[in-house]
Amino acid sequence: MSEQTSTGYIKHHLQNLQVCSTQEGWQFNTTENPTLCKGNFNTINVDSMFFSLLLGFLFLWGFRRAAKKATTGVPGRFQAFVELIIDFVDTNVKDTFHGKNRMIAPLGLTIFVWVYMMNLMDLIPVDWIPTLAHAIGVPFLKVVPSTDINVTFAMSLSIFVLILFYSIKIKGITGFTKELTLNPFNHWAAIPINLILEGAALLAKPISLALRLFGNMYAGELIYILIAMMGLYQLPLHFGWSVLHLLVTFLQAFIFMMLTVVYLSLAHEDH
Amino acid sequence: METVIGFTAIAVALLIGLGALGVGIGMGLLGGKFLESAARQPELAPMLQVKMFIVVGLLDAVAMIGVGIALFFTFANPFTEQLAALAS
Repeated sequence: MSEQTSTGYIKHHLQNLQVCSTQEGWQFNTTENPTLCKGNFNTINVDSMFFSLLLGFLFLWGFRRAAKKATTGVPGRFQAFVELIIDFVDTNVKDTFHGKNRMIAPLGLTIFVWVYMMNLMDLIPVDWIPTLAHAIGVPFLKVVPSTDINVTFAMSLSIFVLILFYSIKIKGITGFTKELTLNPFNHWAAIPINLILEGAALLAKPISLALRLFGNMYAGELIYILIAMMGLYQLPLHFGWSVLHLLVTFLQAFIFMMLTVVYLSLAHEDH
Repeated sequence: METVIGFTAIAVALLIGLGALGVGIGMGLLGGKFLESAARQPELAPMLQVKMFIVVGLLDAVAMIGVGIALFFTFANPFTEQLAALAS
């Protein structure tokens, strides 16, 4: 990397590698024109997609391998590790979710492990992978997918669809409408007020879910980048922040999972 | 230009300070109540601990997002650029 100002360094680190459809076909953004895709709807953040899918498949492959190889005898180290995670998720889901649905626990496990793996990418030193990528001609690279608001919103909107689906499936269209229109004040004259209150509460779920994870990881990543500009003093600071951030990454993944389970359990409550 | 920088510095101080103040009070109340209830009903402590950590995560987000935005303003101030764009 060439000589840069601190602002340029931060901006460079926070820029996604993007590809978008322009008048000259699909084009990547370059060092000369980093904001080529700004405001273009047909944009794909290549680095976020690559790393999130890579981690997703790593999770599926690893856990499937552990399940295939599982023995009732003395378990291997990896099997014990996987069992630990599954037990942890299973107890938490059983404590919170009381309906009948076989999909909730696997969903919780997937969300927890996937989000945690994406958050853990933050612990890789901020310059390693981008510098390597720079050497083979990739101008920008954001390594942590959960610092991309598109990724967190994609996950929370998928959960929102599930909430709507199960609300309608369990309570029926009429039941769901009744819940939205007659909930705080059970009177026909209060329907508009109820609709506004319940609608806001419903819409706040995916938005807060996505923004909480994004905000935490973005702030954490930014602090890593700022520490990385400090010369040799960065080493103890990096250690200190990593210790704190290790707790934050775990807590955010855990909260994302728990809130998903809580929201879906609310959707399963039949009055 | 100088006014913008000065105001940004004040904004940063408010972002970090007020965020830390609120979250500090909240965390203090939360931890205190948790210890109180764990002392009253020690058998409930593991269940309460899980719930406490959920709330800790919810609280923690507020302060950390504030710090992140504040540091972004400090080191890559977007307002001075807006000002430069307006001037040109």
